[in-house]
Parts: sequence; structure tokens; C-alpha cells
Amino acid sequence: MSHLSERPEVGEIGRSIAHESAALHVTGKALYTDDLVARTRDVLHAWPVQAPHARAAITSLDVAGAYEVPGVVRVLTAADVPGVNDAGVKHDEPLFPDEVRFFGHAVCWVLAETLEAARLGGLAVEVTYDPLPSLITVKEAIEAHAFQGAQPTVERGDVSTGLEGAAQVFSGELEFAGQEHFYLETHCALAYVDEGGQVFVQSSTQHPSETQEIVAHVLGLRSHEVTVQCLRMGGAFGGKEMQPHGFAAIAALGSILTGRPVRLRLNRTQDLTMTGKRHGFHADWRVGFDDEGRIHALEATLTSDGGWSLDLSEPVLARALCHIDNAYWVPNIRVTGRIAQTNKTSQTAFRGFGGPQGMIVIEDILGRCAPLLGLDADELRGRNFYGPDQTTPYGQPVRHPERIRAVWDQVLEAGDVARRRGEIADFNAAHPDTKRALALTPVKFGISFNLTAFNQAGALVHVYKDGSVLINHGGTEMGQGLHTKMLQVAATTLGLPLSAVRLAPTRTDKVPNTSATAASSGADLNGGAVKNACEQIRERLLQVAAGGLGVAAADVRIADGKVTALGRGGVALSWGELVRTAYFQRVQLSAAGYYRTEGLHWDSSVMHGSPFKYFAYGAAAAEVEVDGFTGAYTTRRVDIVHDVGDSLSPLIDIGQIEGGFVQGAGWLTLEDLRWDESDGPTRGRLATQAASTYKLPSFSEMPTDFRVTLLERAHEEGSVYGSKAVGEPPLMLAFSVREALRQAAAAFGPEGTSVDLASPATPEAVWWALSEARRGHETGHLLEGKPGVKPEAADQDAPPRLPESEVARLARPHLLTEA
Amino acid sequence: MSTPSVTVNGRTEPVGSIAPHLTALDWLRDLGLTGSKEGCAEGECGACAIMIARPAATGTEPTEWVAINACLIPVAGLDGQEVLTAEGLGSPTDLHPVQHELAVRGGSQCGYCTPGFICSMAAEYYRADRHATSATAAPVAAANGTDHGGVDPNQPGAEADAEHGPNGFDLHALSGNLCRCTGYRPIRDAAFALGGPPVDDGFAERRAQAPPAPRATRISADSGEFHRPADLPEALQLLADRPEALVVAGCTDWGVEVNIRGSRAPLVVAVDRLEELRSLTVNDAHIRLGAALTLSEIERCLDGEIPLLAEMLPQFASRLIRNGATLGGNLGTGSPIGDAPPALLALEAELLLASVDGERVVPLADYFTGYRQSVRARHELIKEIIVPRPLARLASFHKIAKRRFDDISSVAVAFAFDVTDGVVRRAHIGLGGVAATPIRALDAEAALVGQPWSAEIVREAAQVMAQEGTPLDDHRASAGYRAGMLGQALLKFHAQHPEPRPEGVPA
Repeated sequence: MSHLSERPEVGEIGRSIAHESAALHVTGKALYTDDLVARTRDVLHAWPVQAPHARAAITSLDVAGAYEVPGVVRVLTAADVPGVNDAGVKHDEPLFPDEVRFFGHAVCWVLAETLEAARLGGLAVEVTYDPLPSLITVKEAIEAHAFQGAQPTVERGDVSTGLEGAAQVFSGELEFAGQEHFYLETHCALAYVDEGGQVFVQSSTQHPSETQEIVAHVLGLRSHEVTVQCLRMGGAFGGKEMQPHGFAAIAALGSILTGRPVRLRLNRTQDLTMTGKRHGFHADWRVGFDDEGRIHALEATLTSDGGWSLDLSEPVLARALCHIDNAYWVPNIRVTGRIAQTNKTSQTAFRGFGGPQGMIVIEDILGRCAPLLGLDADELRGRNFYGPDQTTPYGQPVRHPERIRAVWDQVLEAGDVARRRGEIADFNAAHPDTKRALALTPVKFGISFNLTAFNQAGALVHVYKDGSVLINHGGTEMGQGLHTKMLQVAATTLGLPLSAVRLAPTRTDKVPNTSATAASSGADLNGGAVKNACEQIRERLLQVAAGGLGVAAADVRIADGKVTALGRGGVALSWGELVRTAYFQRVQLSAAGYYRTEGLHWDSSVMHGSPFKYFAYGAAAAEVEVDGFTGAYTTRRVDIVHDVGDSLSPLIDIGQIEGGFVQGAGWLTLEDLRWDESDGPTRGRLATQAASTYKLPSFSEMPTDFRVTLLERAHEEGSVYGSKAVGEPPLMLAFSVREALRQAAAAFGPEGTSVDLASPATPEAVWWALSEARRGHETGHLLEGKPGVKPEAADQDAPPRLPESEVARLARPHLLTEA
Repeated sequence: MSTPSVTVNGRTEPVGSIAPHLTALDWLRDLGLTGSKEGCAEGECGACAIMIARPAATGTEPTEWVAINACLIPVAGLDGQEVLTAEGLGSPTDLHPVQHELAVRGGSQCGYCTPGFICSMAAEYYRADRHATSATAAPVAAANGTDHGGVDPNQPGAEADAEHGPNGFDLHALSGNLCRCTGYRPIRDAAFALGGPPVDDGFAERRAQAPPAPRATRISADSGEFHRPADLPEALQLLADRPEALVVAGCTDWGVEVNIRGSRAPLVVAVDRLEELRSLTVNDAHIRLGAALTLSEIERCLDGEIPLLAEMLPQFASRLIRNGATLGGNLGTGSPIGDAPPALLALEAELLLASVDGERVVPLADYFTGYRQSVRARHELIKEIIVPRPLARLASFHKIAKRRFDDISSVAVAFAFDVTDGVVRRAHIGLGGVAATPIRALDAEAALVGQPWSAEIVREAAQVMAQEGTPLDDHRASAGYRAGMLGQALLKFHAQHPEPRPEGVPA
């Protein structure tokens, strides 16, 4: 067992405890960025002027009217930017644009004494536009060959020969929607110039270091002149990884120009219309199966809807290509990816980061093809699971493939699936207008940033003379319980009760050069760093104790705040006494911790390597009931078995699994982004730009019966205390709901009906699907030999994909970003 | 007239010089009470929820705690009232039972929605007619165990029970609160684990005292006026004198206009506490519903007396909204997608309109004249909604929406039928969402009345019904789906009631 993953017999790790801020949450005392406004004097409020065109040249901008509005103090425009007029790391996101690139693009910002005055000031700004042709849908962009960024291909074996040699070949097409993060706390920043003359930005950001870098480059400052703090976020889900930077920069710019604190908080409609979302994709594919239903070859082209700028679209696409296999062995495969450039918000990271978009393709293929192959969908999936000594299409060995079967079988058993399937068949036979179905899907998700350089973290741990401990680390808290886990790691490593350790808010002057809290890696990376810092202090203290007690350091134990020596019996020293002794012996009581994930390599120019530390596994069984009159449905029961390694904090991990699942189900069934695709005057406008029109899951979508189990004996070698990441993988367990809906819709038709289901599978989509099934048609799938879909190859003109080493050599300070 | 003030968590706070449209939420946050959050500013997410002390709709105690959306009501409307927020319920070192249950069960992750959930849960916790349905509390979820207290869906009646805890907790109390992190299960378990308030609970004791009386209020600023008249004659005179006046009750519609569309009115007149608009009377000929009763009050006071409304009301928005919204408001705005008009059309309701010139009765069927247009004159108030008796014996409300709790209908269909000896004697069908106004499905009705209640006749009538109205494509649904749902609704209604109960047995 590795040193990092080894667990002491006693410690706070593995205990089920509530979120470290739970008592603050429930009493309204937990502070978020915008809560600081009430305790800050002379704050100015910012309001954007948003363009009413999907694409247009700005021919004039007259801000004079705004200054006529009482309370307006300043209007920020491009002319005010002392540094770089760009909000991103790719230099394709002007902070103040001269060409509008999406409906709602902010042209300039008004600062005023009150939000109402800023709003009225915004109405008084006069902008004239020269509308330009726009692309709204992915299909329009594909037709226009409007792509951005590289067009990578993951390839193994020989697809052409594989398809030729297959017993059955199917082809099809799938287009699926994106998803709005809908973190309950919208984007927010509060910036001021502090007493030391530095720019201090309170920001709701998953990536304080990058927010700091962008603020600095917009202001023309060095990073050491800017500090960013993130108290906590009211949800983020990837939406605050890249997107907060520009808003923080606007607030910081305003505070420098006015000398006053500036608050920028988007209201919900601004947040929905201005910030990026999960990428929707278009996919076309051909798949060949052998006589036993095993996948022989898969060829696919995935085109993501990137929106107006690149943002994180390239790494999102890379992860999609790296997850199209999900839990299945595909011997011959060629998957090409492209990023459409459309006149929409710049789509970005969202929990799963392309993983869900890759997996939905293979799960859709298996769900549609199972009836055509005459197999149960479970059987088809099971036959294709990875086995021993197999590798992913990008060349990474699949370690612990037996866990796929383990979680699957455990779900079958715990969910009493065989018996319930019988009941469902009886129910369906007796109910012509209502159908039930139960479907299982697996998840295999790679953990680590694809790009190796991001897999590092830092921490800062102080022990004060009174024995109290303060920890800082580079990760941010967005509700996922990272801080709770870090407190448990620190307390366990130092041998203290939780109450002895306190955690301070994340800020860039405590731990520098951090990676985003993203890719589910927060606890893996920061846990490694916190543990490392605590171990340094602990080693020093063991020496002090050993000297004082006259024993070898190896024989000293610190647990629950008590210091003992092996063979001596009883408590020899208290923690406090040991710390005081160390201080007087001039032993350093603080440490900077550092961690980097070992054993990773990835060459993005050929999309090959072992980018992931390990895979997280899980399986879910979902039962739904569909009303044949309306397509409305309920999720009756969900059983999940998920692999989190040896859990650091079970209550937190179960919360991540349940919450991720429901969020995934929201994406796949309910959440319905609608853009104006017409040629009318509001072309490109997001029609669902409020909570009243964009519906996320509420209590009525919660599975009536929801059972989550953590896989036991799941120790993960070489990760912090044997645990695994949990943030993203469970989201993809929600494919079970989509597949259950597909099977329920099929049950309205004759045996063997293959159902095409739109995504999201809203009641309307399910009704169309079941209406089609009732007519008894086979739809969508075209057997080879008929005019089928031919996946397109990458564009010859696409920019080259840079190998990782080359990226590093370019040394552009802001080039590296990913989740 | 006294200086406007609001009692917040036991402390009386002067409202101060404010803009009349300033929301209670922004005012509370300016006080430094940051527990209530803005998540959507249109009463959809509940992050802003607070509790207020109101006259109890039912029961023996005069006061009840009611949760509402602080983002929708102007603070001016709370003059003289008592507000309770998450901060007032407990502190981190002295948690209220509701706060304790939610905290220890993992009911908060990011915590942003949490204070709002706390307020909605606490209001339900203190609901006087919440009674345990069984002696045992919900099972405690083992943190790493396999069973999270799920209800066995195979047990009879489990569908209904899934929304009601063994402690009587009605999950619909949380229908207006959104959480993006937890997936809701731990919140449900916390809600279903709550016991009753202990004997010395001050918030429970508050219910035994009289509620704060409505206070006549007049606030004016450069940006407009807020006026709460003392009685109906004053209100009617004000409407007659000031044609620019905008009438509000719970502000569940106007608050959205203010927050989302930046609307500002020169004069807002609040009528929600006028006693003349808040009576509910039942006699042999009519049921008369005061236009300013909240939907929650109607729901509880009627207690199933009008089965069609009993089916419709729980599907109408959320509990937080129903605690403010009124029938007068829903009809006054004239929205074509409100859920009340189709039901009231099917019930053949009439409206009593009042003005300084007197009162008149208008059948609801004649009330709507166009998109958000009606025959109501600017100076008229809706005083009562009159439902004639006897009611149809067969009634059903079908709401087509993406989400079951708190969504806007893409199509709403209300049925009120009488079937005697297998023949349809009365067929009233109200439709929402398929035309510029709520309408009756007159052609489908004609195809049914006098005909046998048979699958064949219903199939033919369903085809007629699918042609009713002029449904549109929008982000909620396609025109094809809307039309399809019209026909399907009749088929479903028939499938649910293939052989109606014999005469004399209530539906």
C-alpha cells in the first residue's frame, strides 16, 4: 500500500459528517460574495448594455446619455482598458467587443450609486449596430464549415476493415442539447483597491488563479498586484471555471478608475444570456457488431456547439472523444471531433466536461441497436464490458475492469431487478395507456485533467503556539464538500480532532498558481497537498517528541490530540504541550504542501497516452412510468452502486452521487434550452432565459425511491487515503433514466421496436417517441446498403493539434486551461 | 398614518425612505440580513423565501406562519407586518429543529438555497393542521448505508404517500424551492423526520396571539407611489380618481414585471387585505370566493368542496406563490396561460365587479376579450368569483407541462361533466394555452352533449377537440403537441371515468 493511500487506524477520515458550513448554511450566516456588499461602504453597482443581435458590427457607441441619469458615475468602454482587452486565455474573447458575436453580448458597462440607476443608465446608452449574418444551430455551422480550434481524432485498429467484417452494421445520427448550470448563486465579483494598494477581488470563481491572471492582464498589472479570494460559491458545476474572469475584470477596472468598490452581480436573465453552458453536440456514427452482439468497429464524428469563442471547448471535446467508449471494449474505432462556431454564448465546462457528451453517443447506439439485434439492452451492454488486459481507444490500460461487472451485478441484486422486471411486464400487459420500464447503464470515467500540467496543487498549513491549526489550500468550495474533506485530511494526518483545525477562505496570496477546482480532482490534488504539508509538520513534531521522551521518532504516535510513545503506556504529552515545546526549540510550525499526480502522460497531437490516474466506476438502474396520453413520466425508483474508493467522507460522497444523478437526469429529460432559430428580429435570442421558462429538476423529479450504495473494499492505491474522486462521474449514471424512457416508449409498440428519443426527453419528446412506436415503425436506423449516415472526416484546413510538450514550450502565460 | 415599519425577527425596523417598488428581499439584505438570497427574482426558486405572520385560514389559533417569496412583494406591502427569516429562527450554536435536521442529514451542499428551504420547511413545521399519519418518524438515512428511507412504490397508496411524510409534512410545501446540488432526497428525509414544536416554542406560541392587523399605508417617492387603502370604498374611489393606478394583491405577477422587465408604476394600489374581498360563502345556489383570498386559503377553506379546484390548485405554481396569489389577480391579468380560468370556465363561474358606480356580474365566458384584455373597466375591481351549484359530478383538471411541480402549462384542460344513464347531460370544457384567451371547447362540447359516454363518441369528439383554438409553437411546446394534447385529454378523461358513478355519489 502506498504511503499516500495508507489509512491510520484512528482518524477523522471516513467518518460521515455534515458539511463544514452546514450550521452557517441553515441559519443564513454563510457569506457569499454578494453578501459582502451590505458590509462594504460606497459600493458602485455595475450593469451591462447587452446587444439585441446575434451578430453585428458596432457602428457607434454614445454613452453621454447615461451620464444624464442621476447616480451614474462611470461608463466603462474599451477605451478604458489599460492592459489587454480580453476576458479569456485564448485571446478570442474581447472584454469590450467591436463586433457583437451573440445575442446579449455586453457592449459596455454602467457603474452607478444604485443598481436601479445603473440599469436606467444602461437604457440611456445609445448603440447603433450593423447586423451581420449569423449561425445559430450546429447544423448551420456544419453546413457553413464554421469550425474553431483543432479537430482531433482518436483512432485504433482498422475501422474500415472492422465494419466490412461485421455481421451487422447500423448508422445513425443524434443531436442533443446543452445545459444551463443554473447555480443558484449567479456570477458575482466585488473589487476594490485595498489598504496596501493592491487590487483585491472577491469573486465567485472556481479558478482564483486564472481570475487573478485575467484581472492582471486586463489592468496591465503583474499577478503580485492582484489578489483574488473566493469565500465559497453558491454552486458552480463548471460554470465558474472560465466564465468569472471577465466579470471580475470589469469590477476591478471600475474600482481602479473610480477609486470605489465595484460590485458586479448578474441577475438571472443576464447570467443565462451572457454566460456559457454545457455544449450540445451533433453526432453521426456507424457501428458494426459481430454475431454475438459484440462491438466490432465504431466510426463517429462529434461536432460540439462551441458558441462564439473557444473557451474550454477543445479540452471538453478531447474528454468527449476519450469517453465515447464508456465501459465498453471497441477494438476498431475512429472518432473525430470538431467544434462548431455559432453565435451563441461561449459554451464551457459543465460537470462531466465532455464525458457525458461522449458517453451519450455509445449509450444511444446501444439503446437503439439492442432491439434490432434481438437482444435485451442489459445483455448487449454486459457483453461489451471491458475485460482484463484491455486498453482504451487512446491507449490507457483499463485498470480494475472487474469493478464494472461488480457494480453492475450489485445493482442487479440490490435493485431486485429480475423480480421487478417480471412485475413490470405484468403491469404493462394490463395497462394499455401506461407503461413502465427499468434500465441499467454503467459509468467508467477517467480522473485527472487530460492535460498533465494541471495535475498539481498546493497547500499552506499553520500550527499556532496554542495548538490550533489553520489550513489553506488551492481548491474552492462550491458545495461539493471539498473543505470538509480537507479538514478531515488535515486532522487525520496531524492526529487531531476536527475541532482543532480551521480552514480559511481560498485566496491567491496564500496558495499561488493553483489549478481550477474542476475535473472532480479537488480532493485528490488538494488532499495530497494538505496531507503533504501536515506530514512535514508532523515529522518535525515527532522528532521533538522523540527527543523529549527519549524514544525513537518512529515509536511516537499522535492521535486525537494525544502524544504517546510505543511501549510507554498512557498519554505522554498533549498536542498543545508538544507544539509549545517545538516552538521554544525553534522548530518551524508551518509548512507549504505540494502534490503532483504521478504516472500521467498524454500527447494531445495524436490523442494518445495515459492521461488518467484511475477510472471511477458506477452503475444505476432506473425505473420509470410513462403516461401514454401525454408522455409525462415519473421516476419510480433508482438504485445506484458507485465506486468512490475508500470514501473520505461518506455523507458528502453520497450527496455528490445523488445530486449529480438528478442533475444529469435534468440534462437528459427536462432542461430545455431554446434559442430563436428563426430569421426574425430576435434570431439568436435565448428564449428560455429565466427560471420560469428554463425548468430544472424540482422535488417532483426526485426519484420516489432513491437508493445509493458505495462500492465496498474499493481501496484505490496511490490516491489520498485510498479514495476516489466523486464530483462528476455520478452525473452520467442518469443515462439509465433516458434508456428507461426509451424502453417504456418502445413498450407502446410491438416487440422489438427501436425507439429514437430526442434529448432532452421532455414529456413532449417522449410522447412523439411513443406515438411513433405505436405505429410500429422502425425509425432512424438504416441497415448498411441503404442510404445511411457517413461520418465526416476532419477538415483538412483545421489548425494543427499541438503535442503537449510543444504547448508548454510556447510559454504563453495564459494558454493553458482545462478542466 | 404611522411611519411605515416592519417587525423583523422580533425587532421593529422603520422602512425608511424607499422607492415604492423596493422588494422586501432587497430591503432585508440592506439591513444586513443576507440569509434570503436572490436566485431568480421571479418567484421560481425560493432562495428568497421568508415567513410572515398572517391570519390563519383554518383551525383554532388566530395566526399562522406563511412562507412567501420576498423577491416579489414590495416592502411597502409589509407595513405593520411581522417577518421571520432563517437568521431569526436559530443561530449556528443554537439551531432550530428544522435547521438541525437539514444540517445533519446533508440537506445543504452549496448552501445558497438553504435559508429559503428553511423558511418553507419551518412554515410547514408550524402548520397547525399538520398531523402525524403514523406513530413512527421517517427512518434515519444511514450515511453509507443502502437504504435512504425510500418509500416502497410497490405498496398500495405509495404514490400519494411519497409526497406526505409520516409526520404529516406535505412535500408540496417545498414545491417552490429549487436546489441544484442535493437531488432533494436528504431534504425530504429532513422534512419527514421533523417532530412537532416543543411546548415552549415561541414561534408556535405566536400562533395563539392575534395576527398583525393590516395597516393603511401610503408611501410616495419620485419613482412612484404605493397605496394600501383602509377599506373597499377608499380603494374604489382611488381607482376612480387615478386611472393610472395598478391594482396588486400578492404581487406574484407584478413583482415579475418589476424585476424582470423593469416595469415601474406611478401608483400601486394593494387590495390583498381588504376584508370585503376576503370572504368565502357557500349556499345552495352558489359558492362565492373573495377575489383577494390567497389560493392557499381557498384550497384549505374549501377543503375539497369544489373537486375541480381541489385538483387544479395543487398544480397551480408553488406553495410559495399560492400563499400570495389570488383568483382576482389571476383573472385580472387576463393571461391566456393561467391555470384558474380554464377551471372556472368549466365551472361556469361569474365575476362580481365593483366600482364607485356599483356592482355588476359578468359571466367569465364573456370576460376575456383578447390577449390580456377583458371587459373590466380600469376603475373596476374583481370582488368575488361566483361558482354556481349544483356542481358537475364528473370533473378533472389536466395540466400539460414539462415539470410536475411549479411549471407554466403549455396546455390546461378542465372538464366538468354530468353523465346520467350513460348519456352525457352536461359537458363543459375549459382550455388554456391554445388561444389568446382562455376558451371553452364549444365544438367538442356540442359533439358530446346528448350522446352516449362511449369510447367511439369520445374518439370522434377528441378529434373535434384537437381542432379547438389556435395553438402556437413556443419554447414550452410545439403547436402539434398542444393540439395533440387537446385530443388526448378527452381520451384520458374517458379512460379515467369509463363508467361514471351512479347518480348521487360524489365524484
